[in-house]
Amino acid sequence: MEPGEIHALLGENGAGKSTLMNVLYGLYQPDEGEILVDGEPLKLRGPSDAISAGIGMVHQHFMLVPVFTVTENIMLGAERTRGGLAGFLDRRRARREVVEVSERYGLRVDPDAVIEDLPVGIQQRVEIVKALTRDVDLLILDEPTAVLTPQETEELLTVMRSLKAAGKSIVFITHKLGEVKAIADRITVIRRGKTVGTASPEASRDELAALMVGRNVRLTVEKAAAKPGKPVLEVAGLVVDDDRQIRAVDGMDLTVHAGEVLGVAGVQGNGQTELIEAIMGLRPTLAGSVTLDGEQIDGWSTKRVLRAGVGYVPEDRSVDGLVKEFSVAENLVLDIYDRPPFAGGLALKRDAIAASAKERIEQFDVRTSSAAMPVGTLSGGNQQKVIVARELSRPLKLFIAAQPTRGVDVGSIEFIHSQVIHERDIGTAVLLVSSELDEVLGLADRVAVMYRGRIIGIVGPDTPREEIGLLMAGITPEAATEQAEARPATDGDAPTSEEEE
Amino acid sequence: MSSPNPQSGSPDKEPASEAQAAQESLDNTERAEDATTPQAGSATATPGDAAEPKPSLGRLFVANLWAANTVTVTVLSLVLAIVVGAILMIISDPEVLSTYSYITARPSDALNASWTLVSEAYANLFKGSVFDPEAFSGWLNGSNGWQAVLAPISETLTYTAPLVFTGLSVALAFRGGLFNIGGQGQATVGVVLAALAGFALPLPPGLHLLVAVLAGALGGAIWGFIPGILKARTGAHEVIITIMLNYIGTYLLTWLIVQNGVQDPNRTDAISKAVDPSAQLPRLLGDNLRVHAGILLAVLATWAVAWLLNRSTLGFELRAVGANPDAARTAGISVARTFVLIMVFAGLLAGLGGANMVLGSTASALTPLVVAQIGFDGILVALLGRLKPWGVALAALLFGALQAGGNRMQSYSGISLELVTVLQALIVIFIAAPALVKAIFQLRAARAARLQTSLAKGW
Repeated sequence: MEPGEIHALLGENGAGKSTLMNVLYGLYQPDEGEILVDGEPLKLRGPSDAISAGIGMVHQHFMLVPVFTVTENIMLGAERTRGGLAGFLDRRRARREVVEVSERYGLRVDPDAVIEDLPVGIQQRVEIVKALTRDVDLLILDEPTAVLTPQETEELLTVMRSLKAAGKSIVFITHKLGEVKAIADRITVIRRGKTVGTASPEASRDELAALMVGRNVRLTVEKAAAKPGKPVLEVAGLVVDDDRQIRAVDGMDLTVHAGEVLGVAGVQGNGQTELIEAIMGLRPTLAGSVTLDGEQIDGWSTKRVLRAGVGYVPEDRSVDGLVKEFSVAENLVLDIYDRPPFAGGLALKRDAIAASAKERIEQFDVRTSSAAMPVGTLSGGNQQKVIVARELSRPLKLFIAAQPTRGVDVGSIEFIHSQVIHERDIGTAVLLVSSELDEVLGLADRVAVMYRGRIIGIVGPDTPREEIGLLMAGITPEAATEQAEARPATDGDAPTSEEEE
Repeated sequence: MSSPNPQSGSPDKEPASEAQAAQESLDNTERAEDATTPQAGSATATPGDAAEPKPSLGRLFVANLWAANTVTVTVLSLVLAIVVGAILMIISDPEVLSTYSYITARPSDALNASWTLVSEAYANLFKGSVFDPEAFSGWLNGSNGWQAVLAPISETLTYTAPLVFTGLSVALAFRGGLFNIGGQGQATVGVVLAALAGFALPLPPGLHLLVAVLAGALGGAIWGFIPGILKARTGAHEVIITIMLNYIGTYLLTWLIVQNGVQDPNRTDAISKAVDPSAQLPRLLGDNLRVHAGILLAVLATWAVAWLLNRSTLGFELRAVGANPDAARTAGISVARTFVLIMVFAGLLAGLGGANMVLGSTASALTPLVVAQIGFDGILVALLGRLKPWGVALAALLFGALQAGGNRMQSYSGISLELVTVLQALIVIFIAAPALVKAIFQLRAARAARLQTSLAKGW
């Protein structure tokens, strides 16, 4: 690592990128080996050692206290005290430092804003400012773009360039090839905890992807044209609140036909999660209706919705999708355990469960040493395949996939994508929600862009990314409005809802 | 390890290449798998951990409980508890303690006195709970009957039976993600209903016993249903509710005993009428030995709970809710319904434990202390048994033996019965803190580390 260099660390999920960086930041202790700074071996016993050695880190999941202000968060851990007296905070000086640092590097933040009111991109900026106030020379950014809109990502890249110009070194951890090529001076590819190669940003996407997974993978999804049939899922005027009783889905209309993939694009937190949970009966609907094959299903229990022929891949597999302590076999029947042939009366039929597990593991290429292994010991990609295998193993009318490839390695992404397309081709309606625009554009036959609880526009998958990016940010160009399926009245309402917020 | 070239030493690359080198060196050895598995495990686990929300305290606790090498840690915890117990005996005995005042002059006095005290006490603990050689030789030369030989075992099993039920109650709830601190209250209400059915209902033998046992189960189930439904409907925390219901149950019992129709008319103190003989659990080895059919019910209950947990759809739901309620809900399992069912079953088991206390041979009438501490001991038993049904049964057996042996230790060695309670508590403390036990005995982690460094150097 050299001063003023942006060094990208590229690797599949579970390759050990984050672990390596956590060691570097002093969160984990190395079992073997050592870290050298300016030729001197460095012993890091905790993050404070790392900070004093000039290493700062912006975590994938921000380490901010939501109810504190920007200044308070930045001073946290290095509180300034008045006249050196313990217990007396010198907020004014801390605030001055925040303003100074943010101006020096062109990182505009309001020092008095409360974190939970700020958009994700700004929260990230706060994290960066926090690291910079500690006088770091080396900044580690762990998957910084995972939660950003294309525009926010662009801004982040600009910030990174200005930091570089100021002589700071940056380690940029990611598995997105495009960003790496756009910004990195040097690329190190990691696989299974080992460095497998260094590349220059001129290397092609295919080359980098091949280095990451160790073989050549297709980045585009091959598929025939869709043959849409009758409408299967119809959502009309749906209103849903989120956990904080704040309106998340606000009078939404959506139709998914048999044999098509409808991709929902949008920045996270625009109601996608709540929409799907409402369809699945996991969240109460306040108004509007959800119809499956002509039958109104809102108000049904989740079990009944699943029984009616809906398959569901939840967006957070470790929270909602899997019971980590359960075996692979048990997870493969998590939502059909009480159905024949897996149960008779009150008793589980373990032979049938085991036999079916064996079949699914083979069919869906789940890499596990045995079906009895706890699913938590599998890699992210294989865990996801377990969920996909479970949901696609019964006849479906509607398949809902939320972030089906989040945190999944390239090899598994390819496999999961082909399964989604296969499900479409046998006539299932597919509702795909993803924050990866590439994924939506690659898989979807129609792309619905969701913004503040509504569909702001429905476009074809060939629409330029910039246009979709604008839609995701809530800006509707004339071209997009024309194609919008929503009634004109809905569009007219959009500005009012913004004012309310 | 060769020292890396400082020129090329980019800090972010070093750990990787170092680890790589270490791994390669280990690949050549037979121990490669043992040594690298923890590394690989931690590497794959960490990114996932970072992405997850913090697990609830309960889940973390269960994971901790199971992470330790259970058999080794359990045995070592027992050893540690026995050692600490010995120290306590010495300290609490003024005579022995006085020999320590001149230990530098005559150390043999102190050591002999301590050894005699401790060894005799633990010998009595063993004789009172498992096997008494004197009774055996007495049986051989005809000075006492075979009952005396089996008496220790009989006592142990008598104390074991109720603990199995309350232990299972706590374990079942824990597996479903609920802290059932209410075993005591559930057992109390169980004992009340069982006793009422036992002396108030004029029923024929056989049927009477069945009704009394079921009444006990029903009492516990009702007392479990309350926190279950409150949790499911209102989100009230079961720990608070069950603790409060313990108080209510205890004072319900104290109040009920002195009511007309319940209190023994021939007595002025707080004791109820005696349960009819037709409602009492039959003794298994004749009238002189206290062991009764409750222990058979306990074994049956253990089997039933094991089946329920591992082989039934309900158990599947219960374990799924316990391990990850979000995933269970997403998979269409009604978490609220499962919570209620868990608490009803847990209460039912504790109620059966309570029924044992009045239908068995420990007592035949209600008194304020009729349930003893079986509800609270059940928590310890469940933890010692690692929340697994047969483990719970074994843990109950150990606790039963400690209590049976403690009685003899008290009367023969003059060591107070409370020491047994302290021993039980110590065992559980050591089990709940496996890291402490491992540190004391320098277990695996330390050994593995030594092994790894020696290998890395050697190769």
